[in-house]
Parts: sequence; C-alpha cells; structure tokens
Amino acid sequence: MSEERSPAGAVASLEVKSTWTRRHVLDLDDFSRAEIEAVMETAGAMTEVLGREVPRVPALRGRTIVTLFYEASTRTRASFELAAKALGADVINIAASGSSVQKGESLYDTVRTLQAVGAQMLVMRHASSGAPYLVARHVEMNVINGGDGWHAHPTQGLLDIYTMRSHLGDLRGRRVVIVGDIAHSRVARSNIWGLTNLGADVVVCAPPTLLPFGMRPDGAPAEPLALPRVTVETDLDRAVEGADVVMALRLQLERMTAGLLPSLREYARLYQVNEERLARARPGALVMHPGPMNEGVEISPAVARSLQSTIEEQVTNGVAVRMAVLYLLARGKA
Amino acid sequence: MGAKTVLTREDIRRAVGRIAHEILERNRGLDGVVLVGMRTRGVPLAARLAAAIQEFEGQAVPVGTLDIGLYRDDIPAMELRPQIKPTELPTDIHGKRVVLVDDVLYTGRSIRAALDALIDFGRPASIQLAVLVDRGHRELPIRPDYVGKNIPTALGEDVQVLLEETDGLDEVLVEAALSAAEGTGEGER
Repeated sequence: MSEERSPAGAVASLEVKSTWTRRHVLDLDDFSRAEIEAVMETAGAMTEVLGREVPRVPALRGRTIVTLFYEASTRTRASFELAAKALGADVINIAASGSSVQKGESLYDTVRTLQAVGAQMLVMRHASSGAPYLVARHVEMNVINGGDGWHAHPTQGLLDIYTMRSHLGDLRGRRVVIVGDIAHSRVARSNIWGLTNLGADVVVCAPPTLLPFGMRPDGAPAEPLALPRVTVETDLDRAVEGADVVMALRLQLERMTAGLLPSLREYARLYQVNEERLARARPGALVMHPGPMNEGVEISPAVARSLQSTIEEQVTNGVAVRMAVLYLLARGKA
Repeated sequence: MGAKTVLTREDIRRAVGRIAHEILERNRGLDGVVLVGMRTRGVPLAARLAAAIQEFEGQAVPVGTLDIGLYRDDIPAMELRPQIKPTELPTDIHGKRVVLVDDVLYTGRSIRAALDALIDFGRPASIQLAVLVDRGHRELPIRPDYVGKNIPTALGEDVQVLLEETDGLDEVLVEAALSAAEGTGEGER
C-alpha cells in the first residue's frame, strides 16, 4: 500500500478500512499484503510502547485472553502473556497438564468452558495440525494459532518478517534461505506464505528426507504441494550464496521418527549454519532462528551469538507483533 | 449538501499566528514549553505553530507527536481503520508546560485519551490545549486554552479540516448532515 493520500483523505481511509476484518489468525496463507502491512505498522507503534519506562497502555482493558497450550512452550506463551498484559488485558494461562484435559475433557468442551467463563480471545497451541481451525468454527472468541502440529505458526512468521524488515526494509527480491527440518516445521510454512506474499525470494534447504513431500528433488509423490513455489536446494553452500537472510530451524528430534538422518554429526557437517558458510552470504546477512536452538547441530554457537544474529531481537519483536495482532483482532470486532 | 468554507487558507494562517502569540504571552516566553501534536492533523498544526514561534521569538520550541489510538474508550464502536503509529516526544515532559495541539475539538473524548497518554510519559507542570476549530457539543468537562475559531455546528454536521501537509490544501469546511451512507455519526472526535 502506498502512503499516498487523496485530497480529502477519504479514498485512502476507505482502503485502510477494508484491510482488517478478520476474526481469527490461524495461518498466513489467507493474509493479504495489506493485512501484513497493517500488522507491521501496528507493531511499530507497539515497539514504541515497549520502550517506555512503564510499558503498558489501556487499549484492551477489561478483556480476558486465555492461552491454552497442549504443547511445551517458553517464548511463545510468555510472549503472548506479556503482550496481553502490556495492552492492559487480563490473562489466564492454561497448560494441558494440570487442567481438566488430564481428566479426559475434550478440546471442544475445554474451549467452550473457557468461553463460558468469559474469555474473549484464545491463543492456542496443539500438536494436531488444524486443531485451531476446528476450535474457531465452534466459538465466538477470537482464535490465534500459537502453533499447530507441522502446519502453521503465524505470529512467528509475522515476527520474523517484522525483524527482517527492520533491517532490510522492503523484502521484494531479497534472498531468504530457510535451512533445516522443513518437513516438520510450522515456522517454515508460515514464513514461506508470508515472505512469498511480500515478494521475497525464498530458498528452502534441507536433506531430501527433511523436505515436505512434493518439494523433494527426486520429484517423488505427485500429490499437490499445499505451499507457494519456492526454490529447493539440498546443498547449503549453494543455497547460502548471496543470501540476505539465513534462517536456521531447530531439528525437531521429538517429531522425527527414526531413519530420516544417518547421524546428528553428519547433519551438522552438511547443514549447520557456521561462520564458513555464512561468509558466502551477502556481507552483514541476518542470521535468524526461531528457537529453541540445538547449538552445535543446526547452528554453531559462534554464529548464534554473532553481531549478525537477530535471535534475541526476534524474541523481543515477538511481543510487539503479538500486541499488534491482539489489538487488531480486538478492534476488528464490532 | 454542499460544503461551506468556514476558514480559508489566509484565515488558517492568521489563526496559527495568533495562537503562537498567545502561547508566548501566556507562558511568558518559551521556558519549559513543549508542543505536542495529536495525530493526524494536529501534527502539521504543531509544526506550523513552532515555525511561527521561531519566527516571532527567534527560538526553537521542541515538538512531539502523540498517537491516542491505544487510549481511546470507543474501540469497538469506532471505524475499522486500524492505524496506530508511535508516539514521539522530543524530551522528558516531566515538569514541562505541554501544549497539546489538535485540529477540531468536539466531544472532548480524544483529549481525554490524550491526557491519559501524556501522563503515562511523566508529570508535566501543566497541560494546555490548542485547537484550530472548536465546534462545541462537549461530552466531558474539557475546554481549550487557545482556539483558532469557534464554529457553532449542529450534531449532524461534519467539520473537515484540510491541511496542505496531509490533504494538499488549506481549508476548513462544514458539511451539512451527511447522507446515511457515510454516517460515522457522533463519537468520532
């Protein structure tokens, strides 16, 4: 969207008006470019709030936000909680262990109960891909996907985009290399949707066994790939050539059934983002990682702590981006 | 139907000049004075006041920008336009004389939000309010310290402030009750 204003501001504001009407944030596959821009711009204002001595505004005062996590999480859950509190909302955190889920309560009953208790927004993480979609169909609450199986992690995608843009500006034509366990990565999928939408040149790099079906270079199964077109590369040295961003993903050992990799050592030798490889990227290229890291496996400790690394910045930006998402959802609700 | 011009380019120029003089008079100079423009059209107005003050006094006055989006009490009712931008204050406002600048004073709710927002940044010695147009119909006990022009309006009427910087020309218009199609109605401003 250009920043142009029409003489009376009328047309411009109409255009903006139509940009945010969504009730849920489940993935980035259905986000328009204007919606991504709305999140980016709002997150910029939230960054200012977070820089204040008392980082708190009353925008969502009186609203109740529940985080419901069926899977372990440090940064996402903490990040959403801080975001909600910085906006003045009340937050209830529920982990599956320790809740009635352990007594066998179904997902459906759990979320209906949370709604009945008075929650207006639900942030959820679930091991099953698609779980938040099921929930969104059955509740009045705004639903935000905090990660579902291998499928999507939209706020991570948004915060990665926000971080890249704060360093690189416009992402059109920028070479973004995502390396590692693409097959099991919801972070990779959400990033691919968001980044291709903004015109970035996305390259995914992994051993064939860690690429999603349909991306495998041997052209294996013919099932249609439910992702936008990206460049696929199995050689990391080639992939990194001229990159503006190198994003390493965590090797998701817990999601991996045996037999995908010969050994961790071999994986590290061929696919670790280290100083030598990074030297092939554009000078000053950003090194990103969604965390948590297996240092010495997908990323070398030296690179993870280098000046080029935005890993901690990503965590900080995560709070601002999640504030933006919460605020926009609350506000779109008439 | 037709919009009536209530302030021309020249009228706006004179009003800004007069308010600049009043700010100087009232504060006996510029000691501790900070101008803070409220988005959107308060921002260019604050810049113009600062330029006028610079011209009269030969001294620069700090200018900041305030976004009240996160402090409004009418989130659900308001238009869907989701734009909020950062607040930028040039100095610590603690102990300062802050002059809030906005284009139109109407219900007073935006000013209420602006006061909350400002006070989150510190404790100014005083907060004064400068507006280009006061159109009446206050819903809160808020009054301006400096007014470009008082324009009595009916509730259904719409006051449009157009400024060179944001709209390409300087003019203030009053439009008779808009057709139902574009009824942002009361509450806005």
